[in-house]
Amino acid sequence: MTIPVCDIAELGGAPASGARVRAVALARRVAPLLLAATGWLAVYRLNGPLWDAVVYKLAGLDPSSRLGSGLHFFCYDTVKIALLLTGIIFVVTVLRSYVTLERTRALLGGRREGVGNVAAAGLGVVTPFCSCSAVPAFIGFVAAGVPIGVTLSFLIASPLVNEVAIVLLYGLFGFKIAALYVASGLLIAIVAGWVLGRLHVERWVEPFVFQTTLHGRQVAPGQPLSWSDRMALGREEVKTILRKIWPYLLVGIGLGALIHGWAPEDFFARWAGPDNPLAPLVAVGVGVPLYSNAAGVLPLVQALQAKGLAMGTVLAFMMSTVALSLPEMILLRRVLRPKLLAAFVGVVAVAILATGYLFNLIL
Amino acid sequence: MQIKILGSGCANCAALEQRTREALADLHLTADISKVTDYGEIAGYGVMRTPALVVDEQVLLAGRVPDRATVTGLLTAAAPRAS
Repeated sequence: MTIPVCDIAELGGAPASGARVRAVALARRVAPLLLAATGWLAVYRLNGPLWDAVVYKLAGLDPSSRLGSGLHFFCYDTVKIALLLTGIIFVVTVLRSYVTLERTRALLGGRREGVGNVAAAGLGVVTPFCSCSAVPAFIGFVAAGVPIGVTLSFLIASPLVNEVAIVLLYGLFGFKIAALYVASGLLIAIVAGWVLGRLHVERWVEPFVFQTTLHGRQVAPGQPLSWSDRMALGREEVKTILRKIWPYLLVGIGLGALIHGWAPEDFFARWAGPDNPLAPLVAVGVGVPLYSNAAGVLPLVQALQAKGLAMGTVLAFMMSTVALSLPEMILLRRVLRPKLLAAFVGVVAVAILATGYLFNLIL
Repeated sequence: MQIKILGSGCANCAALEQRTREALADLHLTADISKVTDYGEIAGYGVMRTPALVVDEQVLLAGRVPDRATVTGLLTAAAPRAS
């Protein structure tokens, strides 16, 4: 077993040499990161010029032609999004390793509804959480006395306000849209959780949840993580997520490229533009049964928006694909009765729809 | 040594079980390995993130699939208590 770098620093003998050892240890931590960040930035910067040269100069395709612009879009976006994802997932995973679900639950334990919903939505964004743990987390929260509505706010915010989506939206559409997405996602989670709490849905929760006792023991937080553990977690997460989403990503970018190159400029504007009041409704109707990762749906969203779909409509589409997924519903069925599950889907879908209309009004 | 793997049967739980078996083989230890898939029982251990590793009713690890060295370390630490 290798000794983590930090331990060497802490074991340093005399104060003076101790400081130097600490500095060396710090440099050893920072140097690889700096190197990786520089390399990342260089590739990111070169991505545009590279595909300009390859597609337009080397292959001799016309930038205004369908094939030329479509192919350029595909190559450029694939590399750009892969780079963004790799960087973001790594940084977010490392940062998130300092927050735990157990600490989040402790923070939510004494909260009442209202304030609790707000806190739960915020914590839902920053707490590392996989929807495969939705059921034990739900039971754990409820058994610790967190109100159902507050727990649901957490479970809604967690997939809805997705860190990957935030950074991709920022990269593709700019700061304003990314901020609107975060704000509306939080609002949806707060309101939907609060409404469900008001409906006194306890009677629609499977009774065994309330009978679960913690045997009077506190949760073992597991082993404390070392710096190299956190780095390894970050690398693992990048690999896992990229391996899981690359087909979605390629299909999303491929569809995006097709729309980019082939769909007529006003095709979507005519059918689902800002003037069509039914557009967000259709978008959410299509989006709820579809399930995709934020990274897969965003290239498509970008292309649709470029072809005249209103921003609110495409955001509503994205949120409904990301927030409500069949696999998670099947898992949650173990603890929630069908009525509550239906209310859950209904309230979240309506909230997303409302945001879609709101964005179309104000943007 | 009684080892329980807590989890609903996702890929991570299978990975954790695999690592645990490998670690046991490395240490030349034998243990009863059982799987706990019932959500009520999982929550009873206070575990909110699966998969989790329970040795002799003690939760040693939850929420991630550790590497083999980590499991080996945990089992080594737990072994003297058991025998």
